[in-house]
Amino acid sequence: MEVKEQAQGRLDLDSIREKLSGQGGKRYWRSLEQVADTPEFQNWLEDEFPHRRSLLEIDRRSMLKVMGASIALAGLAGCRGPFLDQDKAVPYVKQPEEVVPGKPLFYASAMPVCGYGVGVLVEQHEGRPTKIEGNPDHPEALGASSAAMQASILSMYDPDRMQNVLQGTDISTWEEFGKVLKKALADQKATKGAGIRILTETVASPLMASALNDLLAEYPSATWHSWDPVNRDSVRMGAKAAYGKVVGTTYDFKSAKVVVSLDSDFLVTGPGSLRYSRDFMDGRRLEVTGGEMNRLYQFESFPTLTGTGADHRWAMKSSEIGSIAAYIANGLGISADGRPTPVDSGVLDKVIADLQANAGASIVVPGDDQPAAVHALCHAINEKLGNNDKTVFHGPRVDYGPEDQLSSIRQLADALKAKKVDLLLILGGNPVYDAPADLDFANLLVSAKLSVHHSAYFDETSKVCTWSLPQSHYLEEWGDVKAYDGTVSLIQPIIAPLFESKSHVEVLREFVGDARSGFDLLRSAYGSTLSGKAFDIALNAGIIANSTPKSVAISVTGSFPSLPAPVEGVEVIFREDPNLFDGRYANSGWLQELPKALSKITWDNAIHVSPKMAQSLGVQSEDEVILELNGATAKSGVWVMPGHPDDVVTILLGSGRTVGGTIAVGAGFNAYPMRRSESLSWSGGGKLTKGKGTFPLSSVQIHHSMEGRDIVRSGTLEEWRKDPTLTPENKHHLPDVSMYPDNVFNYDGPQWGMTIDLNTCIGCGACVTACQAENNIPVVGKDQVKRGRELHWIRIDRYYVGGPDQPEETVNQPVMCVHCEKAPCEPVCPVGATVHSHEGLNQMVYNRCVGTRYCSNNCPYKVRRFNYLNYVDNQDQFMVKEFDHPSPGIPMTDKKVIIPGKVTSEKTHGRSMLKMAQNPDVTMRGRGIMEKCTYCVQRINDTRIEAKKQGRDIKDGEIVVACQQACSTGAIVFGNVADKDSKVSKMRADKRSYLLLEELNTRPRTSYLGRVRNPNPEITA
Amino acid sequence: MPQIFKPAANYIARGSLVLGLLAPLIVGYAVAAISRSPVNTKLQVPINQPVPFSHQHHVWELGIDCRYCHTAVETSAEAGFPATETCMSCHSQIWTNSPLLGPVRESYETDTPIKWNKVNKVPEFVYFNHSIHITRGISCNTCHGPMQQQHITYKGNAFQMQWCLECHRAPERYLHEDAHDEAHGGGRQRVFNLYWKIQSGKPLSAIERKEEKGEFRGNNGAEFKDKGRELIKKYGVKVQQLSDCAVCHH
Repeated sequence: MEVKEQAQGRLDLDSIREKLSGQGGKRYWRSLEQVADTPEFQNWLEDEFPHRRSLLEIDRRSMLKVMGASIALAGLAGCRGPFLDQDKAVPYVKQPEEVVPGKPLFYASAMPVCGYGVGVLVEQHEGRPTKIEGNPDHPEALGASSAAMQASILSMYDPDRMQNVLQGTDISTWEEFGKVLKKALADQKATKGAGIRILTETVASPLMASALNDLLAEYPSATWHSWDPVNRDSVRMGAKAAYGKVVGTTYDFKSAKVVVSLDSDFLVTGPGSLRYSRDFMDGRRLEVTGGEMNRLYQFESFPTLTGTGADHRWAMKSSEIGSIAAYIANGLGISADGRPTPVDSGVLDKVIADLQANAGASIVVPGDDQPAAVHALCHAINEKLGNNDKTVFHGPRVDYGPEDQLSSIRQLADALKAKKVDLLLILGGNPVYDAPADLDFANLLVSAKLSVHHSAYFDETSKVCTWSLPQSHYLEEWGDVKAYDGTVSLIQPIIAPLFESKSHVEVLREFVGDARSGFDLLRSAYGSTLSGKAFDIALNAGIIANSTPKSVAISVTGSFPSLPAPVEGVEVIFREDPNLFDGRYANSGWLQELPKALSKITWDNAIHVSPKMAQSLGVQSEDEVILELNGATAKSGVWVMPGHPDDVVTILLGSGRTVGGTIAVGAGFNAYPMRRSESLSWSGGGKLTKGKGTFPLSSVQIHHSMEGRDIVRSGTLEEWRKDPTLTPENKHHLPDVSMYPDNVFNYDGPQWGMTIDLNTCIGCGACVTACQAENNIPVVGKDQVKRGRELHWIRIDRYYVGGPDQPEETVNQPVMCVHCEKAPCEPVCPVGATVHSHEGLNQMVYNRCVGTRYCSNNCPYKVRRFNYLNYVDNQDQFMVKEFDHPSPGIPMTDKKVIIPGKVTSEKTHGRSMLKMAQNPDVTMRGRGIMEKCTYCVQRINDTRIEAKKQGRDIKDGEIVVACQQACSTGAIVFGNVADKDSKVSKMRADKRSYLLLEELNTRPRTSYLGRVRNPNPEITA
Repeated sequence: MPQIFKPAANYIARGSLVLGLLAPLIVGYAVAAISRSPVNTKLQVPINQPVPFSHQHHVWELGIDCRYCHTAVETSAEAGFPATETCMSCHSQIWTNSPLLGPVRESYETDTPIKWNKVNKVPEFVYFNHSIHITRGISCNTCHGPMQQQHITYKGNAFQMQWCLECHRAPERYLHEDAHDEAHGGGRQRVFNLYWKIQSGKPLSAIERKEEKGEFRGNNGAEFKDKGRELIKKYGVKVQQLSDCAVCHH
């Protein structure tokens, strides 16, 4: 194929399309840049140090200085004793009974994720929590966890947290605040609290709900408002429209044969997603189901991971999704106002036929961003299909408080406008930042006589409030929370509060003059239901037994609200950030650096458009664009996203913070000023124009490119039935010869290996963060990511198949060190820092490594990571910019973020605090050290020692590596490949199993299982 | 003008040339020697402690088992240091007014831990596990030197990697106590109760005498090694694996 001349290295989408369409057979591609193959991309790829400073730029004098210094210091490395301080051993005064020094303890608790609880097990080393795992007994977690759950440990040790009670920005005390509160409440007694307003986030904690209700009982005229910028209003109001009351709807994807998702990202976001992804994938495990698979039709706007997991995917405007729901409803005999649909009606009829053929074993699931009308229609559709009580269950409402949060915050805004608010208590949340722009909350808040913000961070809202109170992290407080299905979990503190903080309930109780501690409040709340030992049992288990409410049979009674009109022209979609959510996790370095789903952008939020729209605008990825909407303007980099609907611009909420921690501030742009209360999910009238020059985004998408080899295998169910190996046609086989020494292991011990099932991987990134938490992987920052220096041991590659506009298929592939039996990295190391163990691990010996990086050069999988700087000790770099590397195009902002009330002492200094989050079982790597996946060798060693002490062999499944433990779908299996009966051996023996770059004869220990889709044979998408 | 350089200057010049060439070697040797000497390793250098605790008195004269204070040694990677409460279990009854025990009483009263100076330490990138060594019948003294003779505790071995590997490469030279040998008091017991035997006046074997002094450096005797190999088989020790890097470094 002739490559068209590229003008100034710019992408030519037409030639990309031509290239992709002209391919014989299947072609997987990773990025538009890769397909275009511009000289710039090649340069970037081949350059060992992109954006480096040339050695020639250093003058002779500096060069000698640096050389002299390194020689002088080299000799000191061996000496320890005389120059180091005497180490101390500090035992307990009274050792707690259950503490065995050197052995971690695990406590069950629950993490509130956007209000709803997910059960966790917290690993604690001598009183210091270090790692979060999912609670295997919890109905949502089932032992798995999400990236946000993994990262919550870092948030607890975040030195930017609010540390003191603040009056304005001056440090005060709880006592002082108590006096002010008492006075304010005394004034309210006469009016029964008519001037008291309480604003909460979504509340699913029975304890907090009862505290609020007690407060309302004492002050009957007070009002409880609630607001979450990304809320479940449409879920609640949809149920109310359909049934006349709010119900808690849950789905059983395990029993579903056909799923139609209407803009729902049920595999990754929202309450219950961990469970849903497990259940959904249980219907796709070919080795278990015996060749049967469920089928997912996805109608969506912004490309989601659920969409990439779908068998059929159609992209359309978010405002057009309703027409699909109406069409399906009409097709099933429910009268709904029909509209022209963006998808051919013949195709939709086939979807309806598939649903009808699987009546009672299907689910139509609407997305939270869709309006209540779509939700009501879906309730009717599911009822018509007979899915209720088979795959769709309705229980009592799970959360508490106002049903319609939008009207709730509007009422609060009206009250503030009318100056009726004397005492405003904001519990969590950040309404000044995230309330609808038209409410102008920041200016309204000033009218409240006494405004109190109880929050984890001093943020935009705290800045406006008269008092700011530090909130305890969930690992520091007593409490309870309900899961997506209503199961109640108890929250227990794993560490005493690091700062002067209190929990929401403790603050609320202060309003009614109840100064009991969090524990007493919880204990008395469950005094009758969990008496005596039952309380301890519930604490120990992490859930209260039999607290899951029973589902009830109900039927649709109401009429359906009318569907909103589709947007004419350009539609702007607001979506929560996949990692930062609504902005609540913006100060987490782990979540900022975790590549966002599909776009793989870190530390930034882009303006996403489709390739066609980019072409008509004349822009390519990382060009600066200006978006004008609702009187607000945003300037950012554009991201050309394959599979994105045309005439749609997607922006992510949660970035562009101005207050709220040093990491949060300055990352990305703020999308909230464009979001008005009448258009929370999408808005018309946006204007996108090309800006000046480029806007660099740190995407890891093109890093570690694999040069278009056969890396991913996928096929349809039909193809799998014909050839279960899914071998591509053009696969060339090379003779089984190797230049590497033939190390045949005459060793009778276990041989470790791993399998990753691409069929069940959803690409959520939980494994990446779990690995980061387990293995003490530092954060490197946007600038370093841009240079390709990210340190994540796992990367999740994303491959597209088909044209750039609407790829037929998107495959996610986690890649970490595959532990080659004949590892190319080993013979090239001049100091023997990477060698093989007898158990088949490719070991990395940090204390031998001198940083030649030959191993990384010789690694065909590009899974080795190098510490170019002393990232571990320089986690403060995000607090004060120390590094001043010239990097073209990356603006270096000298951000000095002042955090009021922050006391920088030995204890609260950034580095000392963050150190506490680190896993004591893994060595910290300094500058100049190579690192990579170790198969969690610390866990292997620990299990081996325990087994040996008991005089037995390690059992299959006894070693659970960090990524495997986090994975909600069970895509990762680890074990002994020498044992033919182990699960990992069985997965390796599966016909779908293949090795990465098998032709190189590196004999990887990690094997992959090809992905199988189950498209409807009657629909040719 | 008189000559500045006398003929002797030739010798000085030659000598300094030779010395100059040798200098790197000398410096290198000195650095190596210093890093291996007690100046650096603190080998057999008693470390001052806030309380002059004597192992000799407690272990040898009083016969207190190691595990009375180092409670975690059989179960955990760390042996564990005694909590102040452990000291006070006796010292609330005896020597209650001893000025030497002032810091212990103060710690107990004020609830502040005693900060002991660490004597034995491996670098941070080494993950040593006490419990597995104990279950293999490796005596405390093999690594820590003659604990029952130490008044002020000192380091019995330098804990440099070469020393670890002596056993990890050839464990048959070291293994001689069967952890499950109940007939002889059980190896696990004998890891700790070597001193009891001495106190009861029973004769010690040559190896036991060496262990008592902390001088046991393995045994090359064929008979000894055969027994060691038997034990290796019995324990299921995979000898090749013992010197894999990741066994200690992760």
